[in-house]
Amino acid sequence: MTRVTRFAHGSRVPGWDQAADLDKDPAGVPDPALVEVPAKLRAEIEAAMALYPDRRSAALPALAAAQRVHGWCSPEAIEQVACVMRLTPAYLSSVATFYDMFELEPVGPHSVYVCTNISCSLRGADALYDAIEQAAGDDPQINLRHFECLGACDIAPMVSVDQVYYGPLELADAQRLVDDLQAGREPIPDLALSRLRCADPKANA
Amino acid sequence: MPRARPRAATPILLRDIDEPGLATLEVYERRGGYQAMRKALAMDQAAVVAELDASGLRGRGGAGFPAGRKAAFLPQGDMDRYLVCNADESEPGTFKDRELMAKNPHMLIEGIVIAAHAAGASRAFIYIRGEYEQQARVLDAALAEAAAAGYIGERILGGSFSCSVVLHRGAGAYICGEETGLLDSLEGKRGNPRLKPPFPAVQGLYQGPTLINNVETLSTMPHIIAMGGAEYAKLGVSGSTGTKVVSVSGHVQRPGNYEIELGTPSREIIFDLAGGPPEGRQVKLWFPGGSSSPVLTAADLDVPYDFDSLAKAGTMLGSGAIIVVDDSTPVLDVALKLAKFYRHESCGKCTPCREGTNWTVRMLERIDAGEATPMDLDIMASVQEHIIGNCLCVLGDAMAMPIGSMIAKFRDEFEAHMHSRQLAGAL
Repeated sequence: MTRVTRFAHGSRVPGWDQAADLDKDPAGVPDPALVEVPAKLRAEIEAAMALYPDRRSAALPALAAAQRVHGWCSPEAIEQVACVMRLTPAYLSSVATFYDMFELEPVGPHSVYVCTNISCSLRGADALYDAIEQAAGDDPQINLRHFECLGACDIAPMVSVDQVYYGPLELADAQRLVDDLQAGREPIPDLALSRLRCADPKANA
Repeated sequence: MPRARPRAATPILLRDIDEPGLATLEVYERRGGYQAMRKALAMDQAAVVAELDASGLRGRGGAGFPAGRKAAFLPQGDMDRYLVCNADESEPGTFKDRELMAKNPHMLIEGIVIAAHAAGASRAFIYIRGEYEQQARVLDAALAEAAAAGYIGERILGGSFSCSVVLHRGAGAYICGEETGLLDSLEGKRGNPRLKPPFPAVQGLYQGPTLINNVETLSTMPHIIAMGGAEYAKLGVSGSTGTKVVSVSGHVQRPGNYEIELGTPSREIIFDLAGGPPEGRQVKLWFPGGSSSPVLTAADLDVPYDFDSLAKAGTMLGSGAIIVVDDSTPVLDVALKLAKFYRHESCGKCTPCREGTNWTVRMLERIDAGEATPMDLDIMASVQEHIIGNCLCVLGDAMAMPIGSMIAKFRDEFEAHMHSRQLAGAL
């Protein structure tokens, strides 16, 4: 029979035994006098808040900005955003946990998203993921993830490296991608989506 | 590697797509850009809506709702109205908006101003998916150019109409392509869909009347205004007017975006434009409108590609993304891939979708593991039926419809797969 993953005491619910401490008061909106926020991050969040009729709309751009500074949505990052936006950390955690692009644990600085949805998998994306995983080994600099359809099925199978699209990749390109990243070069530049005509006006200059 | 790009007889949206530097204001204007906006702003609001209505344009995002009628739904009066451009293109197989935004951002901005004028909206937001960072940069640059030229912002072209445009980046959630999920996300919340009614046209963003349109729909509007609604309606077929950018992917030799006149036979798109499946392979099944549409088989290849013909064939045009699967791939692999995707993307708000997607994945895995019985196929089919129409949004339906159609059309193959795995397990 297929084994169902069990957690402590046989529960099928992850984290059930790490329930909230009911004796503790929930964290309120952080006191601006006690939280240090990098000036650049504060300016970026405040600029985002000014764009909308309701400042809370800036939650996504603000969390993204904090993630760029801290590398992930750490408790400190959430607290700094909460302090500037005048929201509770719990509210922002609830938002951060909903979206795939917010990292909830420390990760390597280079994001490598491999699209393994239907169109890419029909063209060998699962084997490509395995090849990249093998090439990357346990390099802590590389944050390799399966990702849902990235909207580039015309260059399937494709990857998004640090938010730049590349494809179509052969299995042999996996090692080259990892080597380029480890050497600090632009990865597989010949496969960048922007090489296709007019994808980027500068490419035609 | 420039690729040959066969085109529709009358390309509209992709007419200039390979023009060098089209993303800049200078080149766009040289190609006749922003003339339609001038024309629209000189017309009164009702006249613009009438042109959109006359064009018969149906929404290109998935639901196919008449765009002119949607704009007319917004209550008028002294209140803040909003226009939201849905650029959260996440439907598997769809990549038309990516190309339109990256290569011709000003066409979208011009369409936004025209639609905002039609709806009487003074604030517009473009909700672009977080993964589209390169496209967001192109749009940011184009918005800055348009603002500097006075095409967006306060008192556009020195007239009385004002409309600000803000680019808002998402953070990776398929459900935010659903219009009410998108609104919640734009308000800075988790992207949970809302109960409808009230529809966004009455109570949408910040509780105000909101018009939501897809990138391709908005990008078409300048052309409708330029050529006139009646002229545009001559393209395509009755009930599905105009042209459509179709994203073809999967097992075809030339995957890509192709602009066709609606009503073109599907075979022409899959074979003549996209090159058909690789040598020696046959089309086994295809999704006509993204991964959420019920599948068709090789027997349906002559269905005309338009809203009504596809509906008659028991499926839908959806976002206009054709995914071709050839005979080298087991249907179970396709079903499992899809079910896992919808399980991951279900927001968890409605029970039928949250539990239904989860159970479908588990049952498909049981089949693959050789632990299923023929009864399981019936149970799985009934799970799909219990999802459809029972949730706040159509994410669950989007899994139930294709999986249900796969079980109905490929039942023999599912059963054969089940038996072969059982035999393999017994050995």
